[in-house]
Amino acid sequence: MEREHFSATFDAELDELRTMILAMGGKVEMMIAGSVKSLVDRDTPLAERIVAMDHEVNHLEVTIDEKCLELLALRQPTARDLRFITLALKIVTDLERMGDKCANIAKRSKELNQEPPLKPYIDIPRMAHWTEVMVKEALDAFVRSDADLAIKVCQDDSFVDEINDQIQRELLTFMIEDPYTITRSMKLNYVAKSLERIADHATNIAEMVIFMIKGKDIRHTLA
Amino acid sequence: MNSKLSIRNLNIHFGDNHAVKNAAMEVAANSVTAIIGPSGCGKSTVLRSINRMHDLTPSARVTGTIMLDDTDIYSRGVDPVTIRRRVGMVFQKPNPFPAMSIYDNVIAGYKLNGVLKKGEADEIVESSLKRVALWDEVKDRLRTGAVELSGGQQQRLCIARTIAVKPEVILMDEPASALDPISTLKIEELIEELKSKYTIVIVTHNMQQAARVSDVTAFFYLGELVEIGETRKVFTNPEKKQTEDYITGRFG
Repeated sequence: MEREHFSATFDAELDELRTMILAMGGKVEMMIAGSVKSLVDRDTPLAERIVAMDHEVNHLEVTIDEKCLELLALRQPTARDLRFITLALKIVTDLERMGDKCANIAKRSKELNQEPPLKPYIDIPRMAHWTEVMVKEALDAFVRSDADLAIKVCQDDSFVDEINDQIQRELLTFMIEDPYTITRSMKLNYVAKSLERIADHATNIAEMVIFMIKGKDIRHTLA
Repeated sequence: MNSKLSIRNLNIHFGDNHAVKNAAMEVAANSVTAIIGPSGCGKSTVLRSINRMHDLTPSARVTGTIMLDDTDIYSRGVDPVTIRRRVGMVFQKPNPFPAMSIYDNVIAGYKLNGVLKKGEADEIVESSLKRVALWDEVKDRLRTGAVELSGGQQQRLCIARTIAVKPEVILMDEPASALDPISTLKIEELIEELKSKYTIVIVTHNMQQAARVSDVTAFFYLGELVEIGETRKVFTNPEKKQTEDYITGRFG
């Protein structure tokens, strides 16, 4: 059980920060699910809503940055409080980038929806599901200071990489067999790559969480 | 703004020394205002003008207006003693009355000034000590000497003594400077709780403390008010370069 600060207000402010980060993460998770759903269901209005959601994510980044700045100036945090707040600043950058990637997926989806589907989408939704889980778990690990969960996220990245490799190989065979599939294949390739990048961002967050908890920087060391 | 205190054209001289120059500031009710600045900038001088402490200094001359609600505290006919009952003060060095018990210290203000019915005294002592989170620590030894308490406890006792007479404003002159870090944090937490009932003005040379406890920060330099604003703004993006130089530690 974590002991509280002498200042109840400081504890409340840290809780508020956690809540805002989870809210931002929640939006990103919705964007991951929604952008891929707009592709699978050929739902262009949904794709457009996902693109619009990116503005909300960007706005949250600004709000959270301001909050962190304020906390640093007014509370002079040290040790794990300092690591928590400075890492929150870095984490929202990763989340914002994820939001951008989802918006890009949604834009590709709008384009793909105007042409006949290349194939039934099986692996991309599978990839999206894993990615969504990784984002959720990375943020849970952050707010709960759960190192084991963070390590799991780092390990799960290899599943996402495997599915991505599989998709790349499959799309390559399509393109070799029939040049008329190249445009659509390239766009699907882009979608898969974007999901793979989002998963990498989730791994970044997880690595930072491990640093926050253990004070040990493992970034750029795990294979 | 619901101003509890309104200071205008405040000038304070000690003989030829023009210690405070044309200070003007508004203090909102139920807020904590911190006054910061390097040594000798006039912050304690300003603070002490709010409860007419300078009346006790022969060479001091105070001009200007200080409104406490609708009363100009320096106008003719105003009794400084009534002002000091409405505006309490806590000093840097804890100063419980050494010859008195904890109990008597808390109600000292009444003993020296007014009448207390029997049951009233007990109730005032208990509620005041509870407000400063000292009750549990001292309830079984209320009749023992106040000087036997630790520094942090003595200071909380002094705050209890101050609030026992139900002031509206509490002035604090570096209330935690003489205390250890834990006692300091307890006093700061107490200030956060007290502001729901009182208006607090605190002078501190500890900028980080000002950042932690106050809603509004006023920066004084060489007797002048350089900047006053929301603490959140002053410490993240002050208006004046002088303010920024001071709070970033670029000059003393």
